[in-house]
Amino acid sequence: MACANVLDTKGLLCPLPVIRLQEFARHVEHETEIVVIATDPGVLADIPSWCRVNGHVHVSSEQLDHEFHVKVRAVPPALPDEV
Amino acid sequence: MTALSRQPRAVALISGGLDSMLAAKVVQSQGVHVEGVNFFTGFCVEGHTQAVKRTKKQKVKRHSALWCAEQIGIPMQIVDISEDYKDIVINPDYGYGRLLNPCLDCKIFMVNRALELKSNSNEPFDFVITGEVVGQRPKSQRSETMAIIAKDSGADDRLLRPLCAKNLPPSLPEREGWVDREQLYGFSGRSRKPQFALAKELGISEWSQPAGGCCFLTDESYTKKLQDLWDARGRKDYDLEDVVLLKIGRHIRPAPHFKLIIGREEGENQYLRGFRHKFAHMSTVSHVGPLCLIDGDLNQKERILASRILARYSRGRTEPDVTVRITDQSGVSEEVVVEPMEPHLIPQDWSLTN
Repeated sequence: MACANVLDTKGLLCPLPVIRLQEFARHVEHETEIVVIATDPGVLADIPSWCRVNGHVHVSSEQLDHEFHVKVRAVPPALPDEV
Repeated sequence: MTALSRQPRAVALISGGLDSMLAAKVVQSQGVHVEGVNFFTGFCVEGHTQAVKRTKKQKVKRHSALWCAEQIGIPMQIVDISEDYKDIVINPDYGYGRLLNPCLDCKIFMVNRALELKSNSNEPFDFVITGEVVGQRPKSQRSETMAIIAKDSGADDRLLRPLCAKNLPPSLPEREGWVDREQLYGFSGRSRKPQFALAKELGISEWSQPAGGCCFLTDESYTKKLQDLWDARGRKDYDLEDVVLLKIGRHIRPAPHFKLIIGREEGENQYLRGFRHKFAHMSTVSHVGPLCLIDGDLNQKERILASRILARYSRGRTEPDVTVRITDQSGVSEEVVVEPMEPHLIPQDWSLTN
């Protein structure tokens, strides 16, 4: 399994952290773990939901002080490129 | 010409409301591979506002479109169109609705963008699905305007409205037999009863809102602030930070050249703190009170006026004196002691927040 990539979305409000994750996930290798760091607690619901909808794996969520760390495993087929 | 040797693929515009959810489900149930797309314009009611105003006691709110996609079992992408969308808001070809809502241009733009998306398998979609219903909306959902949306978006007859298809000429997916027109619907008008009945039939018991209400550009209070922003700047322009700030706090404009943005609760105060590097700001020192951003340059007399207004929203509102700290963008502070302004002395037309 590829090592974890960190995606910093601090200061962004949902759904922007999900959108950034979606863009990031398009360009990583199969089974890559991505840790999303966010300040909006909305990611605790939105990222697991995004994973379920698009076939990715939500690995874990945790709160560290005022930050939320959500780990996902990107699973192909990757989402298509945007136009 | 258009016969398919594989399963037809459609992309559905998913707003998070019931109609788009039903439209996608109806087509999916006919064996079409359906994927959803939700567009982030910056003006979505959910998201920012919920995130900022949420208190510790409230549950984390879900993203309605993601939730819809999950309920009907379709993949969905959220696409950030906020930058390109500016032109739609600022210069809509078909003008605004009752407020600053460019609904017709908006729908044309979204259908066009959906048409250009590719599916999960990186192949183009064969057609686009929307949850539009003839006669449901005065601006964008009339038979004349629905034809304009199909034409101007470039989708033409590749645009299928499953909930009202029987009221419209057959689209390409219907003519080619990719979907059975007889299993589509002929809803029209503003009544929601047919949608509720169909939801029940399809086993859908929960949805976020009956229809609309998902865009701040249809909100009177919000659009008043947006128009004020444009008037104050002397031009129609905005960025995403403007869009968010207009959703947050109490906006008071005592003079054309400055505006105060005052947090209404701790979530808003916390969010406004993130803008202290961009704005001069004030807070009460002697009493508990909100954070206030100052949008504009103030002379000394105006600083006192602004401090008196802020003091009125602090716990010291009934006290004779409140100490207010004013800090400029470079971090230099001064403190002033002021008498809180009585509510009746704040002219109503200063308030941009209903």
